[in-house]
Amino acid sequence: MVTYNEKVMQHFMSPHNVGEIKDADGVGEVGNPVCGDMMTFYIKVKDNKLEDVKFKTFGCGAAIAVSSMVSDIAKGKTLEEALKITNKDVADELGGLPKNKMHCSNLGADALHSAIKDYMKKKKEK
Amino acid sequence: MAEPQEKKDIKIYFDNASTTKVDDRVYKEILPYFNKFFGNPSSMHSFGEDASPAVEAARKSCAELTGAQADEVYFTSCGTESNNMALWGIARAYKEKGNHIITSAIEHYSILNPLKEMQKEGFEVTVLPVDKSGFVNPEDVKKALKSTTVLVSIMHANNEIGTIQNIKEISKSVKESGTLMHSDGMATAGIIPVDVNDLGLDSFSFSAQQMYGPKGAAALYLKKGVKIRPLLLGGTQERGRRAGTENVPAIVGFGKACAIADKEMDYNYKYVKSLRDKLAAGIKKSIEDVKYNGDAEQRLPGNAHFSFEYIEGESIILLLNSKGIAAASGSSCASHALKSSHVLLAIKLSPATANGSILFSLGKYNTETEVDYTLEVLPQIVSKLREMSPLCSRKDQALTG
Repeated sequence: MVTYNEKVMQHFMSPHNVGEIKDADGVGEVGNPVCGDMMTFYIKVKDNKLEDVKFKTFGCGAAIAVSSMVSDIAKGKTLEEALKITNKDVADELGGLPKNKMHCSNLGADALHSAIKDYMKKKKEK
Repeated sequence: MAEPQEKKDIKIYFDNASTTKVDDRVYKEILPYFNKFFGNPSSMHSFGEDASPAVEAARKSCAELTGAQADEVYFTSCGTESNNMALWGIARAYKEKGNHIITSAIEHYSILNPLKEMQKEGFEVTVLPVDKSGFVNPEDVKKALKSTTVLVSIMHANNEIGTIQNIKEISKSVKESGTLMHSDGMATAGIIPVDVNDLGLDSFSFSAQQMYGPKGAAALYLKKGVKIRPLLLGGTQERGRRAGTENVPAIVGFGKACAIADKEMDYNYKYVKSLRDKLAAGIKKSIEDVKYNGDAEQRLPGNAHFSFEYIEGESIILLLNSKGIAAASGSSCASHALKSSHVLLAIKLSPATANGSILFSLGKYNTETEVDYTLEVLPQIVSKLREMSPLCSRKDQALTG
């Protein structure tokens, strides 16, 4: 069995910002249940800042902890700052992930970025 | 929500398919063989004389449990070695007859991986599919047999989904074609009745650590007259078929575990099955969108294998563990290789469903209180993860929308 550090376990056991935003300004989804991980991120934007971030995740302990951490880091950041969040930032903030779980950290930031891009696209279309 | 008791108070072991706790009577039997009767059974002095009869007594117990003769039982170090020994050893010994081996898609890796390796050495391997309950169709075996077939290897029961194969029916056509039949009995010996003659087997592997014996001792039954080329070469232990100093304490423990299993099997079978049935019924009743995998009737008494839709197995395992419950998962995330269990894919579960699978394997030391406690916390765990799952909200939308 994989062993996660205490911080990862904390985020897994009591993840922050779980849920959906009904009138979200942007929604991003990555992964699929076949490979075992799927994340959906919802964002609410105000004055170019991420006023609220929520997520729903199907996946292992690492995937859930990563989602929680990404939402924590992103909240309150400007869109530009949030787009700069890297997968490594997330894994580092979590104090590291087991080697074969590093791909989960990739999904987290990707899902957030995809929600931001969805928002930007919608804004352009308006 | 009232929190059930913390992990430190509760420790429930529902992973008996992976290994079992050593029976106290086995443990006591083993101890003197570490420091009192520590001799090498091959030695010609009194120390050797103390150890040698103990090994032979254990051989007799192993034989009695499986309906074999004592001189048809060879001790090995683990189940994997027994399976490797049977495949490589028998196939090589009958090379002049042919190079074809038949097996099933749900075998343990200690069968499938040596066969992959053997293919590189020129052996031809037919891997038969199984149906949705995990059964090999005896007709498929019959059809796959050809003049070059030297060995058929079908497991007695599957360790993951618990399905018990119709070995007797399969071995009948194998025997008629003059081919040899091996069966991996790691999940069955000591748990359900095994009679190698009645099952029509030429070779059968079983191990101590799944029947309340120690790790480090397993056996290969080889029917008298069946040829085998040894895997381990060296001294003349095990009548020249398996070299290496015997692991005397583990073998003594194996013998004791077999003797106890033989005597107490009926009671344990009924007891463990009643617990399993209660757990399975409770899960089906209290949790929606759950699939009970394997066969309803022909299954190992302690096996309860479920797929929980919309959620992932490793997360379930971690949350169960936080409540003190130890179970296993065939999820890709829970495996080091990050691949869904080949057994679950072979019974045609979708990868997403396979990823949400949990195996509770019960044993004789489990109690009804443990089952009740699990039935209390599991629905909470499943709903917590489902609340988090994007797949679940999608399903709700589909239902209401």
